[in-house]
Amino acid sequence: MKDIQAEISKDRRAFIKKVLGGTIAGSLFLVIPAGAMDIPEQIAGMLEEDGPFITKKKFAFIVDITRCIGCGSCCVADKNEYNVPDGNYRTWVERYVIDVDDNVYVDSPNGGLDGYQVPREDVVQDTIRDTFFVPKLCNMCEKPSCVQVCPVGATYQTDDGFVLIDEKRCVACSYCVQACPYSVRFINPVTKTADKCTWCYHRVRKGLLPACVEVCPVKARLFGDLNDRESEVYKILHQPHVISVLKPGMGNKPSLHYVGLRREVV
Amino acid sequence: MHGLAETASTAAGYAFPNDLHIHWSLMIVLYPYITGIVAGAFIVSSLYHVFHIKALKPIARFSLVFALAFLACATLPLLNHLGHPERALSMMITPNPTSAMAGFGFIYSAYAIVLIMEILFIYRPTMVALKDMSTGFMQKLYNILTIGSDNVSSRALALDHKIISFLAGIGIPMACILHGYVGFIFGGVKANPLWASPLMPVIFLLSACVSGIAGIIVTYMIIMKAKGREVDLECIRTCIKYLWGFFILDFVLEMLEIFAHAYTATHHWHTLHALYSGPLYVSYVVLQVIIFSVIPFLLLTWMNLFRLGDTLVRLFAPLVSLMILFQVLLMRWNVVIGGQLMSKSEKGAVYFHPEWLEKEGIIPAIIIMVLPLVILFVLSKIFPFWQEDDPVAGKSTAG
Repeated sequence: MKDIQAEISKDRRAFIKKVLGGTIAGSLFLVIPAGAMDIPEQIAGMLEEDGPFITKKKFAFIVDITRCIGCGSCCVADKNEYNVPDGNYRTWVERYVIDVDDNVYVDSPNGGLDGYQVPREDVVQDTIRDTFFVPKLCNMCEKPSCVQVCPVGATYQTDDGFVLIDEKRCVACSYCVQACPYSVRFINPVTKTADKCTWCYHRVRKGLLPACVEVCPVKARLFGDLNDRESEVYKILHQPHVISVLKPGMGNKPSLHYVGLRREVV
Repeated sequence: MHGLAETASTAAGYAFPNDLHIHWSLMIVLYPYITGIVAGAFIVSSLYHVFHIKALKPIARFSLVFALAFLACATLPLLNHLGHPERALSMMITPNPTSAMAGFGFIYSAYAIVLIMEILFIYRPTMVALKDMSTGFMQKLYNILTIGSDNVSSRALALDHKIISFLAGIGIPMACILHGYVGFIFGGVKANPLWASPLMPVIFLLSACVSGIAGIIVTYMIIMKAKGREVDLECIRTCIKYLWGFFILDFVLEMLEIFAHAYTATHHWHTLHALYSGPLYVSYVVLQVIIFSVIPFLLLTWMNLFRLGDTLVRLFAPLVSLMILFQVLLMRWNVVIGGQLMSKSEKGAVYFHPEWLEKEGIIPAIIIMVLPLVILFVLSKIFPFWQEDDPVAGKSTAG
């Protein structure tokens, strides 16, 4: 009797195993061809790109300072994405306060990482004429001074216009930090090499938007391909907006554009 | 301290968050200071060997060995500064041709070769004599340094003399390139209005000459004092004359640069003005300009326009030289550190005070500055500096 019962329970176990295995296999069989393993394409046409370099694209980053609310989400996303050591910033948000006498007050405590939840105490609130936030990040210059000065070629420019750092070659001489007009570079105390914003190159290569662009709740940060005339960045840069770049006199030709840039901003 | 960059202590106005780090600190202050002393000492030697200023004969050979002792330490602050010193040679193996910094290894090595060759040729007859007088290790060493050649015939010495003149001749432009180039490393940084100036290489070069001459005067007089020997005052008077000449050019150009900035008053001047009246007020205006430039300038003018008594020369020559050495160190500090104290935000400046025990702090800086003197002492055991100690003094055409 016991033998019969053991046989039945063995059969039952085997049956359950087979049903479970079949269900999982069947589901995968249905789901994978439907694209479940593919990452959704946030930048149109990126998945058609193959080869080591992206050649059909011309990327641009747009920061709309008329939209930024200084929440600091972009800074948090960036810090999480790259594990940026405290006190160093790949991106940061500045707060500008202008009073009725045209005095300009700027600050960026902790790079804006905590958001701007408290007003500046040293400015009398009734005298404030205007306030706005300015996110900063790598300008991804067409003519980058950092690439020019790197003595070992650790900082380089890809064919698709990204300025990147090979941390296996960097000697950490800090010449690039000195040469960058925008102070977006620092020496990472963990890797002991130069570090900076990459516009999330690793994400872009997979068709994803940079982390800061993805989390911005008000679309103050936009990223896209200027060769795609349907892209938002193309449209903005070709419409009558007030658009400028930072420190144009430096001659670095940034690919980072600002919508609504104010004359007070450096 | 955040890794490799030292943190500025206080911020005034708004500095970009990454600008709160001073990436080039004491080590990069010492680097142009040491290479400047090297270039300057070489110029002193060349004044005798190429321009035949006979009064400088007592210190002509010493200047070269002095230059070598400092040259041997010129890369130490750089290696101590790098985050990855083990990759330093990449600058020579896979250099980036557009980088101003990538040239240093080549210029430094080429200059080192010329300097060492010149020392070996100048000391060849002396070393041949010393080889016969010494035994054991020293004999082997002299054998290597003379490259096995014992030929001190007048024909061989005449050839030596030609080679020495040639080496000293190409050594002058190379010393100028070495230090002018160091100035260009800073002058070529367009993002920094305090550095980005075509005058920067010229000022660096002139201050190099000044620091080299001053360094030679001080060391020569201290060594003579320690040995209880008589200082050659005619030599010192000649040095002081050249020190005055080079310092006039150096100080006037330093001032012209800042006046040009102030007069043209571009938007950069507003940043620079805030810097000179703020974080750099004491180290630049008070110390570098008023105390350590104006006073030595007046002293040097007085010493050169009037024939001073021997006692006064013995007193004021080392004093004014020490002040000038300090002026050049301050100049390096005010350029290297000063340039980083203003944020690229153009809206704020930071203050920076070096720490004693940091990797790039004051103690390592002192060690690196003492090391050339230790090397100089070791070299004195191989290359007799002074004619009195030379077994073939007077016979050598090289001096």
